[in-house]
Amino acid sequence: MRATVLVRPKQGILDPQGEAVASALGHLGFSVSMARVGKVIDLEVDAADEAAARMEVERMCDQLLANALIESYDVEIHA
Amino acid sequence: MASPQPRIGVVTYPGSQDDRDALWALSANDAQAVPVWHEDGELPDLDAVVVPGGFSYGDYLRCGAIARFSPVTAAIVEFANGGGLVLGICNGFQILCEAGLLPGALLRNASLRFVCRDVELVVERDDTPFTARCVAGQRLVIPIKHGDGRYVPPADLDPSQVVFRYLEDCNGSVDDIAGVCNEAGNVVGLMPHPEHAVDPLLGSADGALIFASLVDASRPRAESAVG
Repeated sequence: MRATVLVRPKQGILDPQGEAVASALGHLGFSVSMARVGKVIDLEVDAADEAAARMEVERMCDQLLANALIESYDVEIHA
Repeated sequence: MASPQPRIGVVTYPGSQDDRDALWALSANDAQAVPVWHEDGELPDLDAVVVPGGFSYGDYLRCGAIARFSPVTAAIVEFANGGGLVLGICNGFQILCEAGLLPGALLRNASLRFVCRDVELVVERDDTPFTARCVAGQRLVIPIKHGDGRYVPPADLDPSQVVFRYLEDCNGSVDDIAGVCNEAGNVVGLMPHPEHAVDPLLGSADGALIFASLVDASRPRAESAVG
Protein backbone atom coordinates (compact mmCIF):
# COMPACT_ATOMS: atom_id res chain seq x y z
CA MET A 1 0.00 0.00 0.00
CA ARG A 2 1.35 3.42 -0.87
CA ALA A 3 1.52 6.10 1.77
CA THR A 4 2.66 9.72 1.69
CA VAL A 5 3.92 11.58 4.74
CA LEU A 6 3.92 15.38 4.72
CA VAL A 7 6.26 16.86 7.32
CA ARG A 8 5.92 20.56 8.07
CA PRO A 9 7.79 22.97 10.33
CA LYS A 10 5.48 23.58 13.26
CA GLN A 11 3.68 26.87 13.58
CA GLY A 12 5.89 29.35 15.45
CA ILE A 13 9.12 27.65 14.32
CA LEU A 14 11.15 30.05 12.18
CA ASP A 15 11.43 28.68 8.63
CA PRO A 16 14.18 30.65 6.85
CA GLN A 17 13.87 28.39 3.78
CA GLY A 18 10.20 29.35 3.48
CA GLU A 19 11.08 33.01 3.87
CA ALA A 20 13.72 32.75 1.14
CA VAL A 21 11.21 31.04 -1.16
CA ALA A 22 8.54 33.68 -0.48
CA SER A 23 11.05 36.42 -1.19
CA ALA A 24 12.21 34.74 -4.44
CA LEU A 25 8.61 34.37 -5.59
CA GLY A 26 8.13 38.07 -4.85
CA HIS A 27 11.13 38.86 -7.08
CA LEU A 28 9.43 36.89 -9.88
CA GLY A 29 6.41 39.15 -9.55
CA PHE A 30 4.17 36.73 -7.64
CA SER A 31 2.17 38.06 -4.75
CA VAL A 32 3.01 35.65 -1.93
CA SER A 33 2.70 36.69 1.69
CA MET A 34 3.87 33.40 3.19
CA ALA A 35 5.71 30.21 2.24
CA ARG A 36 6.72 27.30 4.46
CA VAL A 37 8.96 24.48 3.27
CA GLY A 38 8.54 20.92 4.49
CA LYS A 39 9.26 17.41 3.25
CA VAL A 40 7.39 14.70 1.38
CA ILE A 41 8.17 11.06 2.15
CA ASP A 42 6.59 8.42 -0.11
CA LEU A 43 6.42 4.91 1.32
CA GLU A 44 5.40 1.47 0.14
CA VAL A 45 4.00 -0.25 3.24
CA ASP A 46 3.00 -3.86 3.81
CA ALA A 47 -0.32 -3.69 5.66
CA ALA A 48 -3.59 -5.59 5.68
CA ASP A 49 -5.81 -2.56 5.18
CA GLU A 50 -5.85 1.22 5.16
CA ALA A 51 -6.36 1.58 8.91
CA ALA A 52 -3.46 -0.74 9.68
CA ALA A 53 -1.24 1.12 7.20
CA ARG A 54 -2.13 4.46 8.78
CA MET A 55 -1.32 3.22 12.27
CA GLU A 56 1.99 1.80 11.08
CA VAL A 57 2.99 5.01 9.29
CA GLU A 58 2.00 7.15 12.27
CA ARG A 59 4.32 5.03 14.42
CA MET A 60 7.09 5.64 11.87
CA CYS A 61 6.46 9.38 12.10
CA ASP A 62 6.58 9.37 15.89
CA GLN A 63 9.77 7.31 16.02
CA LEU A 64 11.77 8.72 13.11
CA LEU A 65 10.17 10.63 10.27
CA ALA A 66 9.20 13.75 12.23
CA ASN A 67 10.63 15.44 15.32
CA ALA A 68 7.56 16.37 17.37
CA LEU A 69 9.29 19.36 18.95
CA ILE A 70 9.71 21.19 15.66
CA GLU A 71 7.62 19.37 13.06
CA SER A 72 4.02 18.30 12.48
CA TYR A 73 2.98 15.60 10.04
CA ASP A 74 0.05 14.40 7.97
CA VAL A 75 -0.34 10.87 6.62
CA GLU A 76 -2.12 10.06 3.38
CA ILE A 77 -2.86 6.44 2.47
CA HIS A 78 -3.44 5.71 -1.22
CA ALA A 79 -5.72 2.68 -1.38
CA MET B 1 51.95 7.57 42.42
CA ALA B 2 50.42 9.86 39.81
CA SER B 3 46.66 9.62 39.65
CA PRO B 4 45.52 7.38 36.82
CA GLN B 5 44.53 8.91 33.51
CA PRO B 6 40.78 8.61 32.99
CA ARG B 7 39.70 6.61 29.95
CA ILE B 8 37.53 8.79 27.73
CA GLY B 9 35.97 7.37 24.59
CA VAL B 10 35.39 9.20 21.31
CA VAL B 11 32.77 7.73 18.99
CA THR B 12 33.30 7.43 15.24
CA TYR B 13 30.14 7.19 13.13
CA PRO B 14 30.18 6.97 9.34
CA GLY B 15 30.63 10.65 8.48
CA SER B 16 32.21 11.77 11.76
CA GLN B 17 34.92 14.33 11.07
CA ASP B 18 36.23 15.65 14.33
CA ASP B 19 36.78 12.36 16.12
CA ARG B 20 40.55 12.52 15.68
CA ASP B 21 40.78 16.10 16.86
CA ALA B 22 38.72 15.16 19.92
CA LEU B 23 41.01 12.19 20.63
CA TRP B 24 44.02 14.49 20.30
CA ALA B 25 42.47 17.16 22.54
CA LEU B 26 41.77 14.57 25.24
CA SER B 27 45.31 13.15 25.05
CA ALA B 28 46.72 16.67 25.29
CA ASN B 29 44.68 17.16 28.48
CA ASP B 30 45.96 14.08 30.29
CA ALA B 31 43.24 11.59 29.36
CA GLN B 32 43.66 8.18 27.84
CA ALA B 33 41.67 8.73 24.65
CA VAL B 34 39.88 5.60 23.44
CA PRO B 35 38.41 5.32 19.92
CA VAL B 36 34.91 3.78 19.89
CA TRP B 37 33.30 2.40 16.72
CA HIS B 38 29.66 3.03 15.79
CA GLU B 39 28.91 -0.69 15.44
CA ASP B 40 29.95 -1.39 19.04
CA GLY B 41 26.78 -2.30 20.94
CA GLU B 42 28.71 -2.19 24.20
CA LEU B 43 31.12 0.48 25.36
CA PRO B 44 34.55 -0.55 26.59
CA ASP B 45 35.41 0.35 30.18
CA LEU B 46 35.20 4.18 30.05
CA ASP B 47 35.02 7.07 32.51
CA ALA B 48 33.39 9.44 29.99
CA VAL B 49 32.31 9.61 26.34
CA VAL B 50 32.67 12.36 23.73
CA VAL B 51 30.33 12.35 20.72
CA PRO B 52 32.19 14.40 18.10
CA GLY B 53 31.23 16.62 15.19
CA GLY B 54 30.77 15.75 11.55
CA PHE B 55 27.90 14.63 9.36
CA SER B 56 26.93 11.22 10.70
CA TYR B 57 25.07 9.12 8.10
CA GLY B 58 25.13 12.14 5.76
CA ASP B 59 22.78 14.02 8.10
CA TYR B 60 19.94 12.46 6.10
CA LEU B 61 16.37 13.28 7.18
CA ARG B 62 17.50 15.48 10.10
CA CYS B 63 20.96 15.97 11.61
CA GLY B 64 21.54 13.14 14.07
CA ALA B 65 18.26 11.37 13.29
CA ILE B 66 19.85 8.24 11.82
CA ALA B 67 22.85 8.09 14.18
CA ARG B 68 20.37 7.78 17.00
CA PHE B 69 19.67 4.20 15.87
CA SER B 70 23.33 3.18 15.75
CA PRO B 71 24.25 0.34 18.16
CA VAL B 72 26.77 2.58 19.94
CA THR B 73 24.13 5.27 20.54
CA ALA B 74 22.00 2.81 22.51
CA ALA B 75 25.10 2.04 24.60
CA ILE B 76 25.73 5.77 25.15
CA VAL B 77 22.12 6.32 26.26
CA GLU B 78 22.50 3.51 28.79
CA PHE B 79 25.85 4.93 29.95
CA ALA B 80 24.33 8.41 30.38
CA ASN B 81 21.24 7.10 32.16
CA GLY B 82 23.60 5.39 34.61
CA GLY B 83 25.18 8.77 35.41
CA GLY B 84 28.09 8.53 32.95
CA LEU B 85 29.58 11.78 31.66
CA VAL B 86 28.76 12.48 28.00
CA LEU B 87 29.87 15.49 25.95
CA GLY B 88 28.31 16.10 22.53
CA ILE B 89 29.98 18.54 20.14
CA CYS B 90 28.19 19.96 17.07
CA ASN B 91 26.84 16.87 15.27
CA GLY B 92 27.30 15.07 18.59
CA PHE B 93 25.01 17.66 20.20
CA GLN B 94 22.45 17.07 17.44
CA ILE B 95 22.65 13.29 17.98
CA LEU B 96 22.19 13.62 21.77
CA CYS B 97 19.11 15.83 21.17
CA GLU B 98 17.64 13.33 18.71
CA ALA B 99 18.38 10.50 21.16
CA GLY B 100 16.44 12.32 23.87
CA LEU B 101 19.45 12.74 26.18
CA LEU B 102 19.33 16.53 25.77
CA PRO B 103 16.32 18.84 25.36
CA GLY B 104 15.61 20.73 22.15
CA ALA B 105 16.49 20.48 18.47
CA LEU B 106 18.95 22.08 16.04
CA LEU B 107 17.65 23.51 12.79
CA ARG B 108 19.06 25.20 9.69
CA ASN B 109 20.89 28.46 10.49
CA ALA B 110 18.57 31.44 10.16
CA SER B 111 20.96 32.88 7.55
CA LEU B 112 20.72 29.61 5.54
CA ARG B 113 24.51 29.86 5.33
CA PHE B 114 27.18 27.56 6.70
CA VAL B 115 29.08 29.55 9.32
CA CYS B 116 32.76 28.84 10.02
CA ARG B 117 34.59 31.25 12.30
CA ASP B 118 35.66 31.96 15.86
CA VAL B 119 32.88 33.16 18.15
CA GLU B 120 32.76 34.33 21.72
CA LEU B 121 30.77 32.30 24.23
CA VAL B 122 29.69 33.17 27.73
CA VAL B 123 29.88 30.40 30.32
CA GLU B 124 26.53 30.37 32.15
CA ARG B 125 27.26 27.41 34.42
CA ASP B 126 30.60 26.71 36.07
CA ASP B 127 29.27 23.91 38.25
CA THR B 128 29.03 21.16 35.61
CA PRO B 129 31.64 18.43 35.10
CA PHE B 130 32.40 20.09 31.76
CA THR B 131 32.92 23.68 32.91
CA ALA B 132 34.37 23.48 36.42
CA ARG B 133 37.63 25.06 35.26
CA CYS B 134 35.69 28.10 34.01
CA VAL B 135 34.07 30.90 35.97
CA ALA B 136 30.43 31.85 35.38
CA GLY B 137 30.38 34.87 33.09
CA GLN B 138 33.76 34.00 31.59
CA ARG B 139 34.10 34.53 27.85
CA LEU B 140 35.63 31.79 25.70
CA VAL B 141 36.79 32.08 22.11
CA ILE B 142 35.87 28.85 20.33
CA PRO B 143 35.15 28.25 16.61
CA ILE B 144 31.80 27.24 15.18
CA LYS B 145 31.42 25.49 11.81
CA HIS B 146 27.88 24.40 11.07
CA GLY B 147 24.91 24.86 8.78
CA ASP B 148 22.36 23.52 11.25
CA GLY B 149 23.07 25.17 14.57
CA ARG B 150 19.90 27.11 15.32
CA TYR B 151 18.90 25.82 18.74
CA VAL B 152 15.20 25.56 19.49
CA PRO B 153 14.47 24.66 23.12
CA PRO B 154 11.35 22.89 24.33
CA ALA B 155 8.79 25.30 25.81
CA ASP B 156 9.51 24.03 29.31
CA LEU B 157 13.32 24.28 29.23
CA ASP B 158 14.63 25.16 32.68
CA PRO B 159 16.87 28.23 32.08
CA SER B 160 19.42 26.72 34.46
CA GLN B 161 20.09 24.05 31.83
CA VAL B 162 21.74 26.63 29.58
CA VAL B 163 25.50 26.08 29.94
CA PHE B 164 26.85 28.33 27.14
CA ARG B 165 25.45 31.32 25.27
CA TYR B 166 26.77 33.10 22.18
CA LEU B 167 27.79 36.68 22.78
CA GLU B 168 26.29 37.56 19.38
CA ASP B 169 23.55 36.09 17.22
CA CYS B 170 25.47 33.82 14.83
CA ASN B 171 22.85 31.29 13.72
CA GLY B 172 19.43 32.40 15.01
CA SER B 173 19.47 30.21 18.13
CA VAL B 174 16.68 31.05 20.58
CA ASP B 175 18.12 33.25 23.37
CA ASP B 176 21.59 32.78 21.79
CA ILE B 177 21.82 29.35 23.38
CA ALA B 178 25.05 27.59 22.34
CA GLY B 179 25.06 24.64 24.76
CA VAL B 180 22.77 22.93 27.26
CA CYS B 181 22.87 20.15 29.84
CA ASN B 182 20.34 17.53 30.87
CA GLU B 183 18.49 17.86 34.18
CA ALA B 184 21.01 15.69 36.03
CA GLY B 185 23.95 17.69 34.61
CA ASN B 186 25.98 14.66 33.44
CA VAL B 187 25.27 15.24 29.73
CA VAL B 188 26.26 18.46 27.94
CA GLY B 189 26.03 19.37 24.27
CA LEU B 190 27.30 22.46 22.45
CA MET B 191 27.58 23.56 18.82
CA PRO B 192 31.02 25.25 19.06
CA HIS B 193 34.12 23.06 18.74
CA PRO B 194 36.34 23.12 21.84
CA GLU B 195 38.55 20.41 20.26
CA HIS B 196 39.62 22.97 17.64
CA ALA B 197 40.72 25.42 20.33
CA VAL B 198 43.09 23.56 22.63
CA ASP B 199 46.37 25.24 21.77
CA PRO B 200 47.37 28.88 21.21
CA LEU B 201 48.68 27.80 17.78
CA LEU B 202 45.06 27.08 16.82
CA GLY B 203 44.07 30.66 17.63
CA SER B 204 42.66 29.90 21.06
CA ALA B 205 43.27 27.46 23.89
CA ASP B 206 39.95 28.17 25.62
CA GLY B 207 38.47 24.83 24.53
CA ALA B 208 41.07 23.10 26.68
CA LEU B 209 39.19 24.38 29.75
CA ILE B 210 36.26 22.17 28.77
CA PHE B 211 38.40 19.07 28.17
CA ALA B 212 40.44 19.68 31.32
CA SER B 213 37.21 20.03 33.31
CA LEU B 214 35.95 16.74 31.88
CA VAL B 215 39.25 15.02 32.67
CA ASP B 216 39.15 16.38 36.25
CA ALA B 217 35.60 15.09 36.70
CA SER B 218 36.44 11.70 35.18
CA ARG B 219 39.53 11.13 37.32
CA PRO B 220 37.74 10.11 40.56
CA ARG B 221 35.89 7.42 38.62
CA ALA B 222 39.19 6.15 37.23
CA GLU B 223 40.71 6.22 40.73
CA SER B 224 37.83 4.30 42.30
CA ALA B 225 38.18 1.71 39.53
CA VAL B 226 41.85 1.25 40.44
CA GLY B 227 40.81 0.96 44.10
